[in-house]
Amino acid sequence: MNYSRILRIAWDGLMLNKVRSFLTTLGVIIGVASVIVMMSVSAGAEAAIAEQINSLGANLLIVSPMRGIPGASRTLLYEDAEAIGEAVTGIVGFSAEQTPAPQTIKANGITLESIAVVGTSADFPQVRDYPLAEGTYFSDEDNDRKLKVAVIGSGLAVDLFGEESALGQTITVGNTKLTVIGVMASKGVVADVDYDGRVYVPINVVFQKFMTTSLMNKDSVRTIYIKVESQEKLDSVTMQVQNLLATRHDVDPAKPDFTIQTQQDVIATQEATTAAFRDLLAWVAGISLLVGGIGIMNIMLVSVTERTREIGLRIAIGAHPSYVRAQFLLESMILSLAGGAMGVVIGVAASILFGAFGGMRTQIVPLSIPLAFVAAAGIGIFFGYYPAGQAAKLDPIVALRHE
Amino acid sequence: MTATLIEVKDLKKVYGVEEDSAVYALDGMNASVDRGEFAAIMGPSGSGKSTLMNILGCLDTPSAGQYILDGRDVSGLSKDDLADVRNQKIGFIFQSFNLLPRLSALDNVMLPLLYDTREAQPQEMQRQRAIAALESVGLGHRTGHHPNQLSGGQQQRVAIARALINQPPLILADEPTGNLDSRSSVEIMDLLHDLHKQGATIVMVTHEPDIARHAGRILCVRDGRLISDGRGGNNPCLAREVSA
Repeated sequence: MNYSRILRIAWDGLMLNKVRSFLTTLGVIIGVASVIVMMSVSAGAEAAIAEQINSLGANLLIVSPMRGIPGASRTLLYEDAEAIGEAVTGIVGFSAEQTPAPQTIKANGITLESIAVVGTSADFPQVRDYPLAEGTYFSDEDNDRKLKVAVIGSGLAVDLFGEESALGQTITVGNTKLTVIGVMASKGVVADVDYDGRVYVPINVVFQKFMTTSLMNKDSVRTIYIKVESQEKLDSVTMQVQNLLATRHDVDPAKPDFTIQTQQDVIATQEATTAAFRDLLAWVAGISLLVGGIGIMNIMLVSVTERTREIGLRIAIGAHPSYVRAQFLLESMILSLAGGAMGVVIGVAASILFGAFGGMRTQIVPLSIPLAFVAAAGIGIFFGYYPAGQAAKLDPIVALRHE
Repeated sequence: MTATLIEVKDLKKVYGVEEDSAVYALDGMNASVDRGEFAAIMGPSGSGKSTLMNILGCLDTPSAGQYILDGRDVSGLSKDDLADVRNQKIGFIFQSFNLLPRLSALDNVMLPLLYDTREAQPQEMQRQRAIAALESVGLGHRTGHHPNQLSGGQQQRVAIARALINQPPLILADEPTGNLDSRSSVEIMDLLHDLHKQGATIVMVTHEPDIARHAGRILCVRDGRLISDGRGGNNPCLAREVSA
């Protein structure tokens, strides 16, 4: 028996009803396409998160106040950061940061509203792998003396001073006049933060001038970034910081009022929050594939019924039941594989279009293409087997009498 | 090779499993047909002639008894083996032609070759055989036509060509003229006569005495048994049909 001829019979059977065959594959097309789009959207989201966190700098520990404890947001102080800098071994430096409300900036006759101001300590460029383009960053001493200086992002420098050098210029941030001593290198927008459009100010100046609303603990910090010498020392530094802060805050190290995370921890946490969304998408895609498969089974059953006489004749003139089964199984496999192929094309195209115009980042997962294709083939066999079996077990005497 | 092509011995077909509700469609049938014979099977509805025809065509299996076709007992064969027997030993001619509407006459004739499990001939040789078969039924000029482009008589000729393609020892015709007008019926019967003259063994089921008289032998079936093996006018089946 020549299986290429059975393939031909199956193909002719499908071509007999082109529109119906296409509509039947539509379910699989949508299912496969949604699997690919779903995977590329979640891969894109995860890549964006990882990029955001890696952009903070390498070998970082991130110390933040524990969320959900009343008052804890004010317990992490600048002195804590200084104590870490003095006592903890194996670190390159630290950067305590605090972000007041956005401020209005005036300089050179230009007024800019809602500019982000970031209070940092002196190691900030080094800790965050964010060098200067020109000038210098302020020193620890400048910070201690609450010197009225500022380092500005490269975009802001162009906005305010154009071609002119920003160094030595005076800018008014809120009501405070600051002298520009440096301009940061261009970093661009990373994860919705426009690094080039911000003003970097000694954190003690921020405490004094910009944190006016929080009267208690005016020197509380939002985050302390600690740059560790190497990846191997991350654990040791984590332990030291943990014990130091627990002692300073007089809390049980097992129940701290702060958190210490590595970048990997932060990535994992962020991914956990997107996982639920991703799982939901996976279910939707999986169910649409299932619905596509049921559609194929439905049409195949109709087709077997419609062609009962034909099947009866084929069996009467000598077709083994297995040949009839193969014929209908091939029909459903052609439907699902054609649907799978079209679904791959549409899914890849949709992923690219979403990435380009949809305002969301997408990243096509190469594995998703064979995965979706194999799933489509599996659906063809699984949902084609029952109708093909119905055809194969027809009694030719009954089938030939069928009207 | 023996002269006997078909032999049935004490053939029984029972429907229903329970002893008291069992119906004997065939109740101990004995008959034989020699090679080169043209036999008609007649009988009123319910006589068991359709059941006999289905068993002779290997579409059904007997409950008891033996069916020897071309020297081989086929009563206990598997489904696949029966399919091969149908493909290689029997050419079917149906009342309603049973051509596949979307295939050309030529492709319809070639259909049995598709399911032949013996070593396949090259495609071109198969085509030539199919064309020759169509020519032998007078349709050499209609090979590319689809069934809906052919008259009833022409469609039945295509079906006869299909029955001949594998050169089976037995031609089984089930009411071959049942769906045809009288002129086409005459043509088809003439064609069967020609086949018979060329040496074909033909077994035909019919309820029309005029058609049955074409056969050299008329097997009359009643209540699942063969009651007469007569030839010509004194056959009870013919008498009954004529008086009815």
